[in-house]
Amino acid sequence: MAVVFHIPGYLRAFTGGAARVEFAASPATVGEALGLLWSAHPGVRDRMLTEQGEVRPHVNVFVGDESIRFSGGLATPLPGACEISIVPAVSGG
Amino acid sequence: MVATRHVNVKQGDVVLLVGTMKGAFLARSNGARRSWEVGGPYFPGHAIYALAYDAREGRQRLWASPQSEHWGATLSTSDDFGRTWTNSESAPIKFPEESGVALKRVWQIMPGRADQPQALYAGVEPAALFESRDGGATWSLNHGLWDHPHRARWQPGGGGLCLHTIIADPVRRGRLFVAVSTGGVYRSDDGGRNWRSANQGVRAEFLPDKYPEFGQCVHKIVQHPAHPDRLFLQNHWGLYRTENAGDSWEDIAHGVPSDFGFAMAMHPHDAETVYILPIESDMFRCTPEGKLRVYRTRNAGRSWEPLTRGLPQKNALETVLRDAMAADPLDPAGVYFGTRSGKVFGSPNGGAAWDVVIEGLPPVVCVKAAVVGDPRKVRVPKARAAGAAARPKRRGGAKAAARPKRRAAAPRRRAAGPAKKK
Repeated sequence: MAVVFHIPGYLRAFTGGAARVEFAASPATVGEALGLLWSAHPGVRDRMLTEQGEVRPHVNVFVGDESIRFSGGLATPLPGACEISIVPAVSGG
Repeated sequence: MVATRHVNVKQGDVVLLVGTMKGAFLARSNGARRSWEVGGPYFPGHAIYALAYDAREGRQRLWASPQSEHWGATLSTSDDFGRTWTNSESAPIKFPEESGVALKRVWQIMPGRADQPQALYAGVEPAALFESRDGGATWSLNHGLWDHPHRARWQPGGGGLCLHTIIADPVRRGRLFVAVSTGGVYRSDDGGRNWRSANQGVRAEFLPDKYPEFGQCVHKIVQHPAHPDRLFLQNHWGLYRTENAGDSWEDIAHGVPSDFGFAMAMHPHDAETVYILPIESDMFRCTPEGKLRVYRTRNAGRSWEPLTRGLPQKNALETVLRDAMAADPLDPAGVYFGTRSGKVFGSPNGGAAWDVVIEGLPPVVCVKAAVVGDPRKVRVPKARAAGAAARPKRRGGAKAAARPKRRAAAPRRRAAGPAKKK
């Protein structure tokens, strides 16, 4: 099975420019899946998380079409093969 | 995507570092400081509250703290005046896990003393001091201040609970001052291991006890290196001077239209001369009477005079924030400030006459000034600058007369985004 990440433009500076990053693995949770991404591309981690390990308030993570804010956060279980999108929230001025 | 324009900085140039809510900009000029080339935006879309120039040990290093509402705050450096910037994978400034808090914003980056060329300091929100002993490669929380019993009772001001000003005393090794809104001034005499509040005589208008030990909303403090026990303080209501390194403060708000304000800048050569920009009140944070006036004291606060030549004196409801005023080290000194309406004004003659350096920027929150190389070797057309200041401002005429001839050899470029001074 595979987990596919969709990387927003800002974070591609840390993925070698890749907009799509795929892992042939079966992580059990979103947190485990992100661990794969952060191991491969360490610069992504601190942009997504505060130093307290929380997803930054204006960063959204979707599994398929579902935001993990409403499904258990980083502990959200994964259904197997899936696509995970990292999306900056609509915010700013 | 906005195109970033770069500037060609040379030895002897004056460089302005301008931080805005939407990116950083550089402006460069020669010693005349009449015509400015503008570069940027760097970090477009990021708020840049902290900028610094580190010239120690032969460096020509810019420091910036880009802050994104989405991706957090980081530190970045450039050794080529903005052409390239570092983008470290790991966030350089992190609160320890046991603190339970996360970095929101970096408000100040301050190179340490000249004889400690690897020392740097950063003031952040939530209010804390970070230090680096290795030239900025690694940073750590100053526990002496973080563990101070007062800290839990500091409260956020309108801008947040921030440590916004750091002074490493140039004479007394180990002495540091920091200013916190709202917490007040704190001083360490042992390199940051122990801190004590230094607010005696400073008013806290917004508290039942008007003169508490701490809790004042200090907006800026400045110090002259030749007179290090004397500091000046712009408070959230109140102007003060200390002659004993903060042991006590004396009210010096004599002849200003308001003693409320944010910005304050020290003259580089005269320990008696300070610049401020009064704001009407905390309820209406704009220049009084719609007049954009810098006030200057030349006698350490015994009196203040308005500096208005070249500044709009009608319908100018401007706001200048705490880190948005600076002076360069030339003689006569250049003085600069940026407004929330996106303008940067400058005076090449210590405030005698002003002109627009840049306009059309996002809201300005930070202005720093530096000279590349030895300021003593920079050719400054003093007589012409003084002459221009003495004449009534005429569009083009006075400025043209003040320009040094060699300036004509330097190609002038138009800025890409913001309009620059013509």
